[in-house]
Amino acid sequence: MHDMSHAVHHGEPTSFIRKHVFSLDHKVIGKQYYGMALIAVFIAMVLSWIMRLHLGWSNLAIPGLHLLSKNGAPGDVPTPEYYLQLMTMHGTIMVFFVLTTAPFTAFGNYFLPIQTGAEDMPFPHFNMMSFWVTFSGFIVLISSFFVSDGPTLGGWTQYAPLSAAGAVTGPGQGWGVVLWAISIGLFCVGQLFGSLNFITTTLDMRCKGMSLMRLPLSAWAWFLTSVMGLGAFAVLMPAVILLILDHLAGTSFFVASNLVINDQVLPHSGGSTLLWQHLFWFFGHPEVYIALVPGMGITSHVLITNMRRPMLSHRVLIYSMGALVVLSYMVYGHHMFVAGMNPISSLAFSFPTLIITIPSTIIVLIWLGSLYGSKLRINSASLFALGFISMFISGGVSGFFLAQPSIDIMLHATYFVVGHFHLVMAVAAMFGIFAGTYFWFPKMFGRMMNEPLGKIHFWCSFVGAYCIFMPFHYLGIAGNIRRYQAMVDDYLVPLIPVHKFITIAALFTGAAQLIFLYNLIYSRFKGPKAPNDNPWEGTSLEWSTATPPPHNNWGDKMPVVYHDPYQYSVEGAKQDFIMQASPEPVHSADEEK
Amino acid sequence: MAKLVAVTIVVIAILSAIPIITHKWPGDISVGLPQDISTHGELIDEQYADTMLEAGISFLISQFLLAYFIWRFSQPKPGDKIRSFPGGATGLVVAAFLLVGTEVLALGVFGAKAWGSIYFTPPAANAMPVQVQAGQFAFYFRYPGPDGRFGPLHPNLISEANANFFGLDTTNDQDSKDDIVTAEMAIPVNREIHLLMHSKDLGHAFFVPELRIHQDFVPGLDLSVHFTATKIGKYEIVCTQLCGLGHFNMKAYLEVMSQQDFDNWLKQQAALQ
Repeated sequence: MHDMSHAVHHGEPTSFIRKHVFSLDHKVIGKQYYGMALIAVFIAMVLSWIMRLHLGWSNLAIPGLHLLSKNGAPGDVPTPEYYLQLMTMHGTIMVFFVLTTAPFTAFGNYFLPIQTGAEDMPFPHFNMMSFWVTFSGFIVLISSFFVSDGPTLGGWTQYAPLSAAGAVTGPGQGWGVVLWAISIGLFCVGQLFGSLNFITTTLDMRCKGMSLMRLPLSAWAWFLTSVMGLGAFAVLMPAVILLILDHLAGTSFFVASNLVINDQVLPHSGGSTLLWQHLFWFFGHPEVYIALVPGMGITSHVLITNMRRPMLSHRVLIYSMGALVVLSYMVYGHHMFVAGMNPISSLAFSFPTLIITIPSTIIVLIWLGSLYGSKLRINSASLFALGFISMFISGGVSGFFLAQPSIDIMLHATYFVVGHFHLVMAVAAMFGIFAGTYFWFPKMFGRMMNEPLGKIHFWCSFVGAYCIFMPFHYLGIAGNIRRYQAMVDDYLVPLIPVHKFITIAALFTGAAQLIFLYNLIYSRFKGPKAPNDNPWEGTSLEWSTATPPPHNNWGDKMPVVYHDPYQYSVEGAKQDFIMQASPEPVHSADEEK
Repeated sequence: MAKLVAVTIVVIAILSAIPIITHKWPGDISVGLPQDISTHGELIDEQYADTMLEAGISFLISQFLLAYFIWRFSQPKPGDKIRSFPGGATGLVVAAFLLVGTEVLALGVFGAKAWGSIYFTPPAANAMPVQVQAGQFAFYFRYPGPDGRFGPLHPNLISEANANFFGLDTTNDQDSKDDIVTAEMAIPVNREIHLLMHSKDLGHAFFVPELRIHQDFVPGLDLSVHFTATKIGKYEIVCTQLCGLGHFNMKAYLEVMSQQDFDNWLKQQAALQ
């Protein structure tokens, strides 16, 4: 590793703006990302409430909805197009501005430099821009609610030519799509800046004694995620640029010749429908792991601290996460089995998709095998980490089905897919976020969160999420198509009671998140002071520094690392753990050098 | 608290499995796979059942182990020592490669056979051609008429107002004169159908759950599938590719008839052209 400390040295700011708004401090930027994700997740949750109410009771007036959009909800009942617009915004906000930002760029920004023993990230200006460009993207996306015919209705995947042929294809398909594409383009730029910083921090900024294998699993997860992000967002960005050109410059990248809408032949020719899908999913499948892998790292980190033991194998877990990174680029075609690709391609994409279950299984088995014989402590953080494992298993096994093109014939574009990705990517990632929040809150704010409220939050979320997303699978098996605003097909009408059950569960589970919000805000200002710098008796570097950490993370003395990240239950030690920065000797043949 | 978590995980796992096993949701709502009316569907259904068995066992064992370990190891007594899982990480990695590796390899190979039965076999020479066109938000079907040939399409002639849904030039194109265009699809039972698919405007899909056929329409590409329906009845064709505000209501009916009923139906449709 190189000494790059000169590259990041920036004095402590004194003005309010440089301290809290345009800050170069990775910790402030991490909190900014978290704050944005918090706003985004509550917007997306309200959107999902409206969608769920409409799916259960399609004629139900939702009081006040017309205030959001007069045309979209005349008489407070959402129109078919407004349902799709809310659905598109829900998906886009969640995937990009919540599931990517909170576990990856929020916690990663705050804790990656600290866990590596750095003073900051190597390019603090890029880091500041990363947040503000991403935030601009969020504002642009939200602004599409306020253009004349509302946001785009094309779904978060924005399949062409629905997305590319312009306003003629439906409400929101003109400026709504352009704003969507600008927003995602900005998001890509922001994440590329972030990924560069994460990679360089990990490779070049580690403190003395911190070999790569001595990095905690959370740091490894953020590093691997940033590698994925660098490849994935670099592909999505040109795709959205081409999409914008199809709208504003009269090009035809994604629109084929001789298409007819409203009895008029469209003025496009020569574009490719499938090109968008290839570009989008080349990003889209790694994106699933971008949302998930940080949660794996956080879960592992939180669990280890609460199991009072390291994982059965630190290296195997890292290699397995690394395998997910590599394979994530080789499987994307499973989204396109019935999309018109050559059917041989479907088989070619099927096998890597099946093989990706092997590293995923190894990760689960290492977690389970490490729980065996541990000294598990139950608290809000560890409960959510355990919940993550349960959700990952449940969402993972449905991957067996969707990896096979022959079964995909029955399940493609049904609620089975929606249930699968919500459990494995959304709920699991959210549980990772919650575990991280309850765990690191004392370090970030110097106060403790309320444990009883945290546990109530866990129970409602855990049971609630299963009540919402398990029935999605049954609906999908019965052939319930996704992205329908009402069930009017003869064979779907009998399934409406299942939708009603799901809606009630979603309202309940969503309401329970207000407990979390209350706990977060109340504890931030009135929570009991953290008893010391290391309330969970952790070993990694974030627990060695002051609470909250000073501007340069370490004060006058840079840390030196002597041990593996997880020295728990060490025989002969003064306590049951030895911190990474403690020179106390560990007599273990297994220790990494 | 830990024991309650463990019990909850077990209860959720068992409750989750019940509708899968019984194919029923409370209130006698059917949530199993729809009936199969195709000749190729049996392979798909077998593949689905095998996968469900393997995924179901993996799901239950993993959740039960998680629950048991939470129950067993959450209240350590003072002096308890950390124990390693028998066989350690190496044992688990080997188990994952052997068990899951074999499992996914088997699923992949047998699944490829099912997939190939639909997509790698050409339609029979005597398969009956039917053309389907998807557009916002309706399907239209075309039968070639007595000459057995489809006339060419002219996108600039497409007109909803004149009910020229395909853009046919029946004045100048000889082959188009006897083409039969319908809003519903009818086919004879036990006769192979070669379905020729194209989209007028955007991405759509052709999905008949009972027929075990699911294929996207791709604007700019002519795609085809072939199948044989084995049971007389009326089934729904639904669009599964988001195509705009009327997507949820884009459907048509497929009527599988006896050969004689089909011949009569086709004559009636020809008379309506």
